[in-house]
Amino acid sequence: MGASSHASTAGKYYVPEPSKWPLVGSFSLLLLAFGAVGTMNKLGWAWWVLGAGFAVLLYMLFGWFGDVIKESEGRLYGKNVDTSFRWSMSWFIFSEVMFFAAFFGALGFARMHSVPDLSSIDSKLLWPNFAGSWPTTGPYIDSPFTPMGAWGIPAINTLLLLLSGVWLTLSHHALIANNRSKAIFWLAITILFGVVFLALQVYEYIHAYRDLNLKLTSGIFGSTFFMLTGFHGFHVTVGAIMLAVVLVRLMRGHFTAQNHFAFEAAAWYWHFVDVVWLGLFVVVYLL
Amino acid sequence: MASVPQDHSHGHDHSHDHDHHPTSWTRFFTTTNHKDIGTMYMWFSFVMFISGGIMALGIRAELFQPGLQVVRPELFNQLTTLHGIVMIFGAIMPAFVGFANWMLPLQLGAPDMAFARMNNWSFWLLPPAAILLIGSFFVPGGAAAGGWTLYPPLSIQAGMGMDMMIFAVHIMGASSIMGSINIITTILNLRAPGMTLMKMPMFAWTWLITAFLLIATMPVLAGAVTMLLTDRHFGTTFFNAAGGGDPVMFQHIFWFFGHPEVYIIALPAFGVVSQIIPAFSRKPLFGYASMVYATASIAILSFIVWAHHMYTTGLPAAGQLYFMYATMLIAVPTAAKIFNWLATMWKGSITLETPMLFCLGFLFLFTMGGFTGLVLSLTPVDIQLHDTYYVVAHFHYVMVAGALFSAFAAVYYWGPKWTGWMYEEKLGKIHFWWSLIAFNVTFFPQHFLGLAGMPRRIPDYNLQFANWNMVSSVGAFAFGIAQIFFIWIVIRMIRGKSGIRAAAKPWDGAEGLEWTVPSPAPYHTFETPPVVK
Repeated sequence: MGASSHASTAGKYYVPEPSKWPLVGSFSLLLLAFGAVGTMNKLGWAWWVLGAGFAVLLYMLFGWFGDVIKESEGRLYGKNVDTSFRWSMSWFIFSEVMFFAAFFGALGFARMHSVPDLSSIDSKLLWPNFAGSWPTTGPYIDSPFTPMGAWGIPAINTLLLLLSGVWLTLSHHALIANNRSKAIFWLAITILFGVVFLALQVYEYIHAYRDLNLKLTSGIFGSTFFMLTGFHGFHVTVGAIMLAVVLVRLMRGHFTAQNHFAFEAAAWYWHFVDVVWLGLFVVVYLL
Repeated sequence: MASVPQDHSHGHDHSHDHDHHPTSWTRFFTTTNHKDIGTMYMWFSFVMFISGGIMALGIRAELFQPGLQVVRPELFNQLTTLHGIVMIFGAIMPAFVGFANWMLPLQLGAPDMAFARMNNWSFWLLPPAAILLIGSFFVPGGAAAGGWTLYPPLSIQAGMGMDMMIFAVHIMGASSIMGSINIITTILNLRAPGMTLMKMPMFAWTWLITAFLLIATMPVLAGAVTMLLTDRHFGTTFFNAAGGGDPVMFQHIFWFFGHPEVYIIALPAFGVVSQIIPAFSRKPLFGYASMVYATASIAILSFIVWAHHMYTTGLPAAGQLYFMYATMLIAVPTAAKIFNWLATMWKGSITLETPMLFCLGFLFLFTMGGFTGLVLSLTPVDIQLHDTYYVVAHFHYVMVAGALFSAFAAVYYWGPKWTGWMYEEKLGKIHFWWSLIAFNVTFFPQHFLGLAGMPRRIPDYNLQFANWNMVSSVGAFAFGIAQIFFIWIVIRMIRGKSGIRAAAKPWDGAEGLEWTVPSPAPYHTFETPPVVK
């Protein structure tokens, strides 16, 4: 697009030139899939495939996002593209919500149905001594653990994430007010809080494994605990990387007070991760 | 109904550089053109359709006679499993995504899909998934063999073929989610000026709602197979009662995805039929608004009926009752659609070209599949019929005579727009009648087999089932050959063997912006959005 004879519509839509990145991305996922299947089935060569997959994936991410950033800074995206970005990021976050819903659903089902059922009169013949209290390793795994208390690290982490949301908003307002150095400062603080959150999460995992005997293999409690907090932690990592890219772009002079959807998209994602954590804190730690 | 191509300057200006597009076949690797990508989706779909079909014929060959003669039971189980996954994720869904890619920008008056690069990624994710699926037959232990629904505990005990299946599902899920985000954004944001939502063609409406279903359910499936993976390799116990989990939990999560998936397949098919029946009845679609509301109602209901796949898992009676009544409720909006299609034809000037024939076949046979679905929604009946051939007959009436027939209809209806040539009407009609008869010979007897108690997914059977199985297998091979005939028809159409060039609007009753551009549609269309009054 952008041909001069279409002055009235130039920039309304944007159709990019042919690009190799989709193909490169697909190749990386092919390598990653075979690498993962191989490593999980104890095939020695598979680690190399997995590593190559990650390398190609990184190459694709840098290249593809690089192109997008170039096009954005080249002012190729008009109002229409901006609206498309907003719709797509919203639906992407909705898909992420549904992904977490599967794991929250599993936790709810286990607590409200499968564990009570395994301790019910129907199961007495099979598991006579299973009390069915929560938390539990289930009737057949004999490896007692102490659950993670809510008011230690998890509460601090809640505070960290909530505050990071505030700092992020301060940064956004500064950007809108054209105060770039202030925007950079608060965004850096936001990322710092995210990184501290992740560090505490790692410490919590070490503590769980070493002192509490709480492991991924600790029955249904361990399964739901580590999968929910683990996937959340992964999403915090992704969100922090997004924000870090936005920070670098801010420092390089990208974005304007009016046009900075990459900032907003990363911020939406960060708030989504924040909301998931609140759900986690209540359902996984408190209840 | 056809004539020479009309003036190419229609709709936009060709005097400048826009049509210098790459023509080499290698452009498909990097293309950002919705027509190229739509074409690739359709060819991929056809390759997978043939692969899944060969698996089906392996199953039917084994079931031709009682006893074990053609395949080992292990391979039989792998064939049933992969046939299901390959047909659903590899054949039917990509076919309709292909139609969406080709037709949505044309129908909405958009220059391309909203995210043209991501569009290409959505497609190119599919071949790696296909490699994982087909390749899994050749690894130690063979392909996944626990049924396409991947139920634990079988799926947890299976070999590495199951891991390949899990990653294939992940990759196809990512493809579907990106494709759906693209489709929703295109529909919501790239419509031509004046085209309000309630002026959109029904095909766009059904895809808007389908894309929503995909975004809502594919991540849930991803979660389910991720839990399978960690149960298999990392010691979690989501689906293991010894650790406080429950294999039935997988079924709940799976069918929360799985039931909307049924409508993910059916709704775009409804959309195609809603385009074609008015065109060949030469009347506008009857009850357009009620069609939109019926589609949305079906989509919403699809989220609250999942456990009707699980009546025999020991659901509490209250749950069985709820899921039974909720399931029956779906018959209401579905019937509204059927009545609307019938009312569209009422007193129309109907002609029976191949697309219309396939739509009529769809109407009869899909309605039958709907009725057997109503039968199966009754808990006490389903407890008798669960996992029998009655269920197999039911969902093949919906999937093959429903979705596949409407996909054929779409190829004959829009094919002239894609290729610039008409297909050969006589061959199309032969394809239709051949498919219709072979389909019914294959699947109608399966109702009898199921009612008589023949279980599905078992390579051997009691002698009493021998006759109808033989009939069914003969029908299956005839149906398979009909589809080779179909591809021959399509290739002849592409090569212009009919000698009849397609006009911009080859069907005189057809409505919509796609018929305002020349046939074949130029590489770039609607760079200047048309105005819809």
